[in-house]
Amino acid sequence: MYVAVKGGEKAIRNAHRLMATKRRGDRSVPGLTLEQIAGQLAIAVARVMGEGSLYDEGLAALAIKQARGDLIEAVFLLRAYRTTLPRFGYSEPVDTGAMLVERRISATFKDLPGGQLLGPTFDYTHRLLDFKLAADGELDAPLTAEVTETAMPRVTDLLSGEGLIEEDVQPEETAAVGDLTREPLSFPAGRDLRLQNLARGDEGFLLALAYSTQRGYGRTHPFAGEIRYGAVEVEFFAEELGFAVPLGRINVTECQMVNQFKGSAKVPPQFTRGYGLVFGQVERKAMSMAMVDRSLRCEELGEERTAPAQDEEFVMSHSDNVQATGFVEHLKLPHYVDFQAELDLVRRMRGEWFDRQAADQAAASEAIGSGPTGTSEKEAAE
Amino acid sequence: MPAEAPPQSASSDLSADARRRMMAALASASPEDLATALNALLPLPAHEMVRAPETGLVMVRGRMGGTGAPFNLGEVTVTRCVVRLENGVAGSSYVMGRSKQKALHAALVDALWQLPDMTGKVEEAIVAPLAARAAAADATVRAETAATKVDFFTMVRGDD
Repeated sequence: MYVAVKGGEKAIRNAHRLMATKRRGDRSVPGLTLEQIAGQLAIAVARVMGEGSLYDEGLAALAIKQARGDLIEAVFLLRAYRTTLPRFGYSEPVDTGAMLVERRISATFKDLPGGQLLGPTFDYTHRLLDFKLAADGELDAPLTAEVTETAMPRVTDLLSGEGLIEEDVQPEETAAVGDLTREPLSFPAGRDLRLQNLARGDEGFLLALAYSTQRGYGRTHPFAGEIRYGAVEVEFFAEELGFAVPLGRINVTECQMVNQFKGSAKVPPQFTRGYGLVFGQVERKAMSMAMVDRSLRCEELGEERTAPAQDEEFVMSHSDNVQATGFVEHLKLPHYVDFQAELDLVRRMRGEWFDRQAADQAAASEAIGSGPTGTSEKEAAE
Repeated sequence: MPAEAPPQSASSDLSADARRRMMAALASASPEDLATALNALLPLPAHEMVRAPETGLVMVRGRMGGTGAPFNLGEVTVTRCVVRLENGVAGSSYVMGRSKQKALHAALVDALWQLPDMTGKVEEAIVAPLAARAAAADATVRAETAATKVDFFTMVRGDD
């Protein structure tokens, strides 16, 4: 139980004012602009948008600045802000097949229509600190090449037909789509709710879970079938206009994991799939999401549930870093009354414990008194 | 379409498609670029605000596996606006972001575009340049990305 406290207003005010000064840092150094944050810390901004579940680069940049770069705090700020806005409705599902692709790779198929496009990536860098970057020197313009193919079919669409790779289940048109911002989580949860939960889940948590499946806790034998990053059109069906209005584009990363599967009573041997879709270029998260999505499908595929990454209640109840940090960090707030009660309780228990010890000792020495030494004492007395 | 829709407004699929294309061009533009483009139509026609620019959220959906059943990915900020010209034609906008100015401008352009004697001018002065600018930006992205195309080849290991 948490009992509120009063007071401390002045100290709180002064602390926040001090924090604002510390946040600003050395005033002889120019302050960060939101354009600088959005433009140069794009992946941090994307992470905050994804986990904050709100795509708005300007707001995410402001949140990062306000949070002094504490990304979970920034996610919290974004989540709080979104509650102040009305919801107009739901978009049409985005078509990742029609993406303006900036990066597209497959670890399973070497030759694919549209080709492998590395795009802007940290892959194949040597992870050596670049001191030239510290000096902010001249930068070469990116090279360009002739564009020969523009169609970028998804890898998973290329292999349909043979049944070697599981195909997407076509939805019933009228099927309701779960929304965990509207109704509280309950179990068992459908894949729609699981994917929404993972899409806004903490990158570190999902990474650790995905890693655990690779290390043997619910092994799923994943291959990166395809990872693509780029811009997709968002459309919103406006009732009053009677058609889907194009709203503009957002950048997303999509990951198709392809998993070797030896089959079960329900399903023949084939490659099954896990799916990841996140705001911005956050590949690690998209990959982790796809791996956890696949491992959470254990029941559907008739696999034995043995590992944390297969337990939807465990995963979904702990993936949200705003909830998690709220509960962990609330421990910093005054718990004086709580603790006073606990103190009394522990004092009483200790009293009882010492009493019991004393009683036990007394009983023991009494028993000793009637034991062998006692006998010898008796004998001596005699 | 609402029953009170004016006769000038798009009603066939064809004009709805053209209107969508026009709206896509407006949505792709920055608020500044749209404002600059609108200079071509000065003076702006008299209009009343039916729904003042309002910022809200649209929940973006994806599909499981890319083509399967929909799920909710996360929200995006969207600003909408409805204006009515003196002759009763209403213009609407829904644009991503929080720019009230952009939403108002887009709604005005939508209203003007629906006037038969203005469609051509709006297409030429606003839609075409904005669409061309967006297409050029896309072409740059494609060309820069194409330079990073790799041809992996597998090598047979020299097993003894």
